[in-house]
Amino acid sequence: MMNKSILVVSGLTMDFGGIRALDRLDLDVGPKEIVALIGPNGAGKTTFFNCLTGIYLPSDGDIRLVSPQTGRGSRLNGLKPNKITKKGVARTFQNIRLFSQMTVLENVMIGRHCRTSSLIMGAILRTRKTRKEEQETIDKSYDILEKVGLSEQANEFASSLSYGAQRRLEIGRALATEPFLLLLDEPAAGMNPQETADLVTLILQIRDEGHAILLIEHDMKLVMTLSDRIFVMDYGKKIAQGTPAEIRVNRAVIKAYLGEDVGPDNA
Amino acid sequence: MITVKEVKRSLLVSLWFVFLTFPLMVIKVNPYERTVSWRWSNMVYVAIGTFVISLLAKAWFVRKERRMARQQDSCHARIPIIQRILQRPGYRYPLAAFLLGAVLAFPHLFSTYQANIMTTALMYIVLGLGLNIVVGVAGLLDLGYVAFYAVGAYSYALLNLHFGLGFWTVLPVGGLLAALFGVLLGFPVLRLRGDYLAIVTLGFGEIIRLILENWNAFSKGPSGISNIPRPGFFGLEMSLDQAMIYMYYLMIGLLLVTIFVVNRLQDSRLGRAWLALREDEIACQAMGIDKTRTKLIAFSLGAFWAGLIGVIFAAKTTFVNPASFTFMESAIILSIVVLGGMGSIVGVILGALILVLLPEYLRALSEYRMLAFGAILVAMMIFKPEGLIANVRRIYCYQGRKSNTALKNDE
Repeated sequence: MMNKSILVVSGLTMDFGGIRALDRLDLDVGPKEIVALIGPNGAGKTTFFNCLTGIYLPSDGDIRLVSPQTGRGSRLNGLKPNKITKKGVARTFQNIRLFSQMTVLENVMIGRHCRTSSLIMGAILRTRKTRKEEQETIDKSYDILEKVGLSEQANEFASSLSYGAQRRLEIGRALATEPFLLLLDEPAAGMNPQETADLVTLILQIRDEGHAILLIEHDMKLVMTLSDRIFVMDYGKKIAQGTPAEIRVNRAVIKAYLGEDVGPDNA
Repeated sequence: MITVKEVKRSLLVSLWFVFLTFPLMVIKVNPYERTVSWRWSNMVYVAIGTFVISLLAKAWFVRKERRMARQQDSCHARIPIIQRILQRPGYRYPLAAFLLGAVLAFPHLFSTYQANIMTTALMYIVLGLGLNIVVGVAGLLDLGYVAFYAVGAYSYALLNLHFGLGFWTVLPVGGLLAALFGVLLGFPVLRLRGDYLAIVTLGFGEIIRLILENWNAFSKGPSGISNIPRPGFFGLEMSLDQAMIYMYYLMIGLLLVTIFVVNRLQDSRLGRAWLALREDEIACQAMGIDKTRTKLIAFSLGAFWAGLIGVIFAAKTTFVNPASFTFMESAIILSIVVLGGMGSIVGVILGALILVLLPEYLRALSEYRMLAFGAILVAMMIFKPEGLIANVRRIYCYQGRKSNTALKNDE
């Protein structure tokens, strides 16, 4: 497993002043794998994502990414967020961060930015290459909207979408950057059961298309049905890892979630 | 429609205004004759005036709210009337032809003086369009825009003075120099956001002006540089009137080029990135947009246009001194963008025409010009925060399946 991993995090530590938000965290994700990261509020899950995507600079540790296409590895620490996205890691945000005054389609088109290249002169002269690139951007974005089920609303403002649809648009926008590793930060938060069920189908479909997925989620039903493996965090430390079946009966996990007073019988 | 409660409120408002303006409007002290005159009639005017205005504003708001509620019911986005006219293909070309005809015939129909004022207005339109890229589209609040304008103007003045370079040679050079200054300033400060960026750019604008004012050996200080040649036309000798009209056509040409370029930039990969950057920087970076580079491009492009107009300004007035590049200029250009509608080309044109031509034709009120400016801007923020003409997002068409109806707001 380890030698085929596309993401290997080792000893990742993040200090904010005197507070250690992440404490020597190890984690790995294999190709086409769905890995969940769970833990109580404040455990450091989103901090972990922010370190991974370059928004925070980790205090210590190593993040290595191995491209499944080329097999070449590279270190992500200290890279700017946009460089990391270009290397094939895309994310969604826990508190939705869409471009609300742009249309749904434009939001996805923004995701194509790092895979296209036309600049000032191309835009002014509108060369053949630029026009081709633009049409390709539009078509690919439409395809993605169809995949996430939003093609009907393509020309509406992103802010006019329902909550669940906005979350799906965020996934679509992340997919447009052509990632091989997709980070989802609480994709099911605030969704009704029907929307959650649709989301599960969508995530599985994305996985089948060859993307690996690392997700943070509080909806345990969703985590247990989707994940191949689960990592559990508490107070910045990894307290357990394993398959859903293993995690379900893990003593440390139950203690972290439910408190000290759990008798051995309940395990 | 207007309830008793609102009338009471308006009464209170007018009382408050009477109280506030009492020392100014009512008491008149004459220190020489040691008399105090009480102008009670003024108090009555203030009271009645504010009462009526407050009631009218209230009524307007009630109507607006009702209209908004109705819109939410019908669930239809309301497209402004001007936008609707522009989008109708049947109207667009005749309208454009008529405008072009009117614009071309203008200096022959009216006096040279009028053409001269129009040239100034055209310059401000282009300046507005340039700043629009920075403020309206990319959302970088730049209060020192006039600095780049000054760089352009002085590069023509100085290059002509020392090396005898002509207008057409310096035009691109001035633009590029301004763009270079844009990059130099932008590189360290573009990591700042919002208010902080505004303060730094404001400072930069003042620094450039102070350098020009005090570095006598370089810029001849406050006395400025005179005898700058007007633009030539293949060595043709022109009278003053002819030169003015020539200038007018030159500006029309530059304006058309600017509209073309800005329009294409907005509707491109880069334009979308700017818009996205205005909305959410972190999300932008997560989508793979290089924040610094994209901002720098916007900043230096805006500066480039200011530089071009700076060269033209120097050539038009044949004289430059630092007094032309005060913060007031930046403020006017910014007002043009805000009044017109952030990011909208038609809006900026309208805003520039209003803000430049109104003071010219209302010379009698020139003392109250700043007061009126302030009032207009405050009123805009309250009643129409999106500007005179809001920018409408483009609708793209998809080649794959049945092409969707394509409506474009531009070209």
